[in-house]
Amino acid sequence: MNRQAQAVILLLLGGAVIRASVTDLYLRYVKEGLRPFLIAAGLLLVAAAIMTLWYELRPPAPRALAPADGPTVGPDRPDGHDGHDGHGRAHHEPRVGWLLILPVLGLLLVAPPALGSYAAGQAGTALSSQQQSDYPPLPEGDPVQVSVLDYASRALFDRGTSIGDRRVQLTGFIATGADGQPILARMVLSCCAADGRPVKLGLTGDVPAGLPDDSWVEVTGRYSDRLGRDPVNDAEIPYLEVESWRQVPVPKRPYD
Amino acid sequence: MTTDTDRAVPGEPEPRSSAGGVDIETRPPEPAGGESPRRWLGDRIGSVEVLAALLIILIIFREPIAAALDDPRIQTWTTVFVSIMVQAVPFLAFGVLLSAVIAVFVPRSFWAKALPRHPALAVPAASAAGVVLPGCECGSVPIAGSLIRRGVTPAAALAFLLAAPAVNPIVLTATAVAFPNNPEMVLARGVASLIVAMIMGWLWLRLGRTEWIRMPRRPELDDASRGRAFWAAVRHDVTHAGGFLVLGAMAAASINVLVPERWLQTLADNAWLSILALALLAVLLSLCSEADAFVAASLSQFSLTSRLVFLVVGPMVDLKLISMQAGVFGRRFAFRFAPTTFAVAVLVAVGAGAVLL
Repeated sequence: MNRQAQAVILLLLGGAVIRASVTDLYLRYVKEGLRPFLIAAGLLLVAAAIMTLWYELRPPAPRALAPADGPTVGPDRPDGHDGHDGHGRAHHEPRVGWLLILPVLGLLLVAPPALGSYAAGQAGTALSSQQQSDYPPLPEGDPVQVSVLDYASRALFDRGTSIGDRRVQLTGFIATGADGQPILARMVLSCCAADGRPVKLGLTGDVPAGLPDDSWVEVTGRYSDRLGRDPVNDAEIPYLEVESWRQVPVPKRPYD
Repeated sequence: MTTDTDRAVPGEPEPRSSAGGVDIETRPPEPAGGESPRRWLGDRIGSVEVLAALLIILIIFREPIAAALDDPRIQTWTTVFVSIMVQAVPFLAFGVLLSAVIAVFVPRSFWAKALPRHPALAVPAASAAGVVLPGCECGSVPIAGSLIRRGVTPAAALAFLLAAPAVNPIVLTATAVAFPNNPEMVLARGVASLIVAMIMGWLWLRLGRTEWIRMPRRPELDDASRGRAFWAAVRHDVTHAGGFLVLGAMAAASINVLVPERWLQTLADNAWLSILALALLAVLLSLCSEADAFVAASLSQFSLTSRLVFLVVGPMVDLKLISMQAGVFGRRFAFRFAPTTFAVAVLVAVGAGAVLL
């Protein structure tokens, strides 16, 4: 891999990262707070690509190091030294740089969706240890908007005291639970999707039926004291008594 | 141990001239036959042309490729792979930037002054320097490579390599947030990681052989133009370390998709088995050190000590690190260094767990 090809790959990688972070694509993979760093890193990659091309296409400095890497570009080079960075063993090494094309393709061509029901089925529910001991009252509103994570922790560790008789509305995706019944799940991230863990909720009452896995729904309901168990990590899964539900598009922020 | 140039006797001037005694390859000019692997491509087709053709083919076959990725398992693999890369890019960029600055702008004499003269004292100093530098492991490999190139004794650079991702303030804060009921976990993690980094540095002084580290000669770093040398270093490190990062991310994504968590459940009941299982899991998952505490917190069926092992091993030995170290320092180095670090990290973490947890 010669310097120009490296520059093109850096340009593509930087461009892909910048594009993902100015659109909302990056939210499928990492936390929101990483955005400024992603943009800065993308700009650095683009700058490195531009500077590489700039130095490549300019006449060589007075103390040129590798005569073979002269200003002539590409196939016109008479001695076929193309690809040698002029230093010993190094023509073996930058070859690994070809692999950088894979994340570029992943971001520009494929853009895989956020983690969904398959990942949720693989991992145990994230709420297995108590995170917090007292829960503030729910905010105003009827039904009150809460996150799956918030509802699940209040239902589990507070036994629903702070929820009381309020109507709650939460958004998540459908996955198939251990007993074959649909459950509501939402992934939580601490850093990137590689550490994504699901928060799972069992559903009773007007259970959304006939929806394929990974459909996003907004359910409205009340606290239920029923508890299930996640066979994956043997942790408790709280339930929600569903009163109504509707299908919604994938939210901008797919993770809690 | 006559080859051990690191063990400088106090008072004796250290052989700092050739980058702390490390072989920076100085090969004679390429023999004519060195071209052969590329000859078959012909003289007229260069990497740029290959790259362009590859991109055109991929864009034409975009639809069938997308269809092939539709299986939920492959889709999850792709998501995890892309997200590891996206997460790592800022840290890689930061590390590469710092390493290029070290390689080009910081004079060699600075390190001789900044670090204690005696290598055995330079090790703890370098480990402590890791505490203040926030970053994760992807960035610290090129930095350590640069340090060795600039004449820092390898023992100190390696101690820094191990300590920086494990004990920096961001990581310790994340650990405190992830274990609200066990603040002693933060102390145990910091202490155990520092001890491992220093032990590895000192072990290198006693047992390490400088010829294990093979770093390619980088004539462009000595370029008369500082700007040219700086950008050459950035370009080289991103493609080089980044390429190995891709390899590691692919391995970690595969493990993430292929190993279901329920297998772990059966291991959690046995104290020793669970320690080994979580140590191996830390190597295989290759999580960012800023995130691993949250994953450890969710592995609640395991004992605190085994989770401490997970937190100490993870930032020091994992698939993407081994891949990057093999790329930057050479395979002979990585295949000795990584297993030793693994053993030391497990032992120290178990000890720290017994005392502190």
